[in-house]
Amino acid sequence: METRRTVLRHVTGALALGMGGLNLATVQAQAQTPKRGGTLTFAISAETPHYDPHGSDTYATLHFAAPFYSTLLRFNLSKLPEVEGDLAQSWTAAPDLTSYTFKLHPSVKFHDGTPLTSADVKATYERLRNPPQGVVSTRKATFDDIGTIETPDPTTVVFKLKNLNASMLEHFASPWNVVYSVKDLAENPAGPRTKINGTGPFIFVEHVRGSHVSGKKNGSYFKQGLPYLDGWKGVFTLQAAAMLNAVQGGQVLGEFRGISPAERDRLVQAMGDKIRIEESSWTLNLLVCFNVEKKPFDDVRVRRALCMAIDRWGGSQGLSRISTLRAVGGLIRPGSPFATPESELVKLPGFSKDIRKSREEAKKLLADAGVPNLKFTLHNRNLAMPYTPAGIFLVDQWRQVGVEVEHKQFDTAPYLATMNAGNHDVAIDFSNLFMDDSSLGLAKYLSVTRAPENRSRSKDPELDRLYDDHLRERDVEKRKAMIRAFEKRLFEQAYQQPLLWWHRIVATHKVVMGWKMSPSHNLGQDLAEVWLNT
Amino acid sequence: MLRYTINRVLLAIPTLLGVAILVFFMLRIVPGDIVEVKLRGDGGAVSQETIEMERQRLGLDKPLVIQFKDWMVGVATLELGNSMWTERPVMEEISLRLELSLQVAIMATIFAVLIAIPLGTMAALFRDTWIDYLMRIATIGGISIPAFWFGMLIMSGLLAGFNWLPPITFTPIYVDPIANLTQLIWPALAVGYRYCAVTARMIRSSLLEVLNEDYIRTARAKGVYERLVISRHALRNALLPAITVIGLEFTFLIGGLVVTEQVFNLNGIGMLFVQSVSRNDFTLIQGMVMLIAAFYVFVNLLVDLLYAVFDPRIRYD
Repeated sequence: METRRTVLRHVTGALALGMGGLNLATVQAQAQTPKRGGTLTFAISAETPHYDPHGSDTYATLHFAAPFYSTLLRFNLSKLPEVEGDLAQSWTAAPDLTSYTFKLHPSVKFHDGTPLTSADVKATYERLRNPPQGVVSTRKATFDDIGTIETPDPTTVVFKLKNLNASMLEHFASPWNVVYSVKDLAENPAGPRTKINGTGPFIFVEHVRGSHVSGKKNGSYFKQGLPYLDGWKGVFTLQAAAMLNAVQGGQVLGEFRGISPAERDRLVQAMGDKIRIEESSWTLNLLVCFNVEKKPFDDVRVRRALCMAIDRWGGSQGLSRISTLRAVGGLIRPGSPFATPESELVKLPGFSKDIRKSREEAKKLLADAGVPNLKFTLHNRNLAMPYTPAGIFLVDQWRQVGVEVEHKQFDTAPYLATMNAGNHDVAIDFSNLFMDDSSLGLAKYLSVTRAPENRSRSKDPELDRLYDDHLRERDVEKRKAMIRAFEKRLFEQAYQQPLLWWHRIVATHKVVMGWKMSPSHNLGQDLAEVWLNT
Repeated sequence: MLRYTINRVLLAIPTLLGVAILVFFMLRIVPGDIVEVKLRGDGGAVSQETIEMERQRLGLDKPLVIQFKDWMVGVATLELGNSMWTERPVMEEISLRLELSLQVAIMATIFAVLIAIPLGTMAALFRDTWIDYLMRIATIGGISIPAFWFGMLIMSGLLAGFNWLPPITFTPIYVDPIANLTQLIWPALAVGYRYCAVTARMIRSSLLEVLNEDYIRTARAKGVYERLVISRHALRNALLPAITVIGLEFTFLIGGLVVTEQVFNLNGIGMLFVQSVSRNDFTLIQGMVMLIAAFYVFVNLLVDLLYAVFDPRIRYD
């Protein structure tokens, strides 16, 4: 008991002051004068198969590649959700938000010495919105609204939109949209998968597959005085226990994705005041996803019954003690400005707090659908945290309404490939966002013809219409109402539903300074402002 | 002896060919498509055209027989193609990890042999005494405790006792011997304990059997020193089954340390094997299976030759 209290005292001392998890330790770190030099060694708990963030949706690629690249804009982690310039020195938006003009920093150079111009930005965004044959762009749909990209001079780039998209500026700040060299892309459009040439604060040194990636300081970085570090080394630690040992033993100074509460407690107990714990809610949730192309999940009664059988509120209490899962929420991160308040959430199917009543109704729906003794396979990822506990939890929840579930877990790549090919029945999917904006948060649930990442494979013109309308709406209150309508429609149809939202806990040695915590593990990974207080 | 060696080497060719046929065609039967896993496993929207293009690029659209022929030509010239997942040469992917795996296997073997031979001999010579009991307890422990668990105990012990852990990334022994040995001695100990236990028990039982043989009694009756009886006559013969065990264990260590590699965060062949299987990376799996098979063939040949060295009664000619 004493131990737990000690742990809690440490943890509480490190809890977030405001939204986004900015904490006292971080504030103190910002206040000190940064020291130059040193090499930061940190853990990356997965290894990317390629180096191209445009065609990736995993932090494994971003934590690997972000320090080598720049983006047009980026999020200001101290003032989320504000954006600030990265390659863009300044920008203006037309009053009707149908065009954006960016003025680029002069004298930016790629690591191979080539100067960066507006042509590079244009080529990058052309690749994102209209990838050539053989190139995968995970963000093609995001930039569908871009009509033309003009480059009136080498430091000016103008994006003209086909349709109003009130969130376009935030999308320009996406950490995934790293800027490539037009010369490299002309030589080989798929080149960034295997070759790194960016304008970021660090220059690629080596990638020893299965072991580590490293970078050295870019002496010609366009932001004066940055980076502080001489270099960094990201060590792949695929096993959580090995990663924790490495943090505790000082082999690595942290891991920037997130650890579970139990892992946090272990580190705090073992390391005391040598470890810094930062916590935040997380723009990441697990989803229960039904493949509507497979029987009996083409029947809304079956889908809704299975959603109603899940006690999210009870599960939240239990799972939050042992896993990174925590908050009950709708499609937007709980606590963020566009999130559905609890008072409204409990009225939606699958979110009632009266679980007994919900389950009775679920049993009735299953009987009405002619599948009172339903059996199926739950397709899941083989990551222990939090996929395994989530899967076990769901199996138990469904057992309580007489449904028999076989739980199968797969390595990340086959897990995703199976879902993307539509070969699953019911899956635990995830929604990995880098911001709270609804244009991103709702996009996954559009008809599969528009949103290939919709792994329920549903086609619902009503949801598409609601989404498009909300995208064009600039009035915040009206936009909120549209989000509620979207959510209501989705949850009634129950193609897919959030299970629980994640809670982010990041542990770093206290010598690591300047790294900023945020609700997304995709943000703030370029390491430009990180320094070591040794 | 020479003819025997040549015969064995020649026999390795059909053996490896059989392995090649089996691994190639079985991989094609197993469900799963590397192209789907590779392109769709990234979360991106991928058109069927892109998938077909990639399949074509990787040569997966060709008839199986042609694919097999191409691969066999590559095997014969040690050109195993590129990993379908990382696009890097298979030889490069393997050699990157082989050095580490081989070193752990060699260190574990040295550790096991150095301890197992005296331990097994003492236990046999002092049968049913406290020395024997102690050895039996220690070896039962070695056989019962999984290597990865022992590895976790070692790591926990190092952390708890010294608040220290070995380096996390591999440094070749020719670059920095201290860093190299500091990292690899622990996994070698973890897997070497079991290896040592199995070998020691084998030596003990084998030696007990040999000590009851007529030629040992004869040697003693002739007045040969007991030390010579043991070392020259008994142990030499008793080592034969142990050599087989050592050979098999050594080969197993090359690719079989999946969990132990994870515990120590080692970039070895075992992890690569598991990853390539989960990704249906045909070319890499094929390359690794051939490598392991070649190791087995080579080590078995070595074991057979050592038989002749240790037991002159064996006449291969």
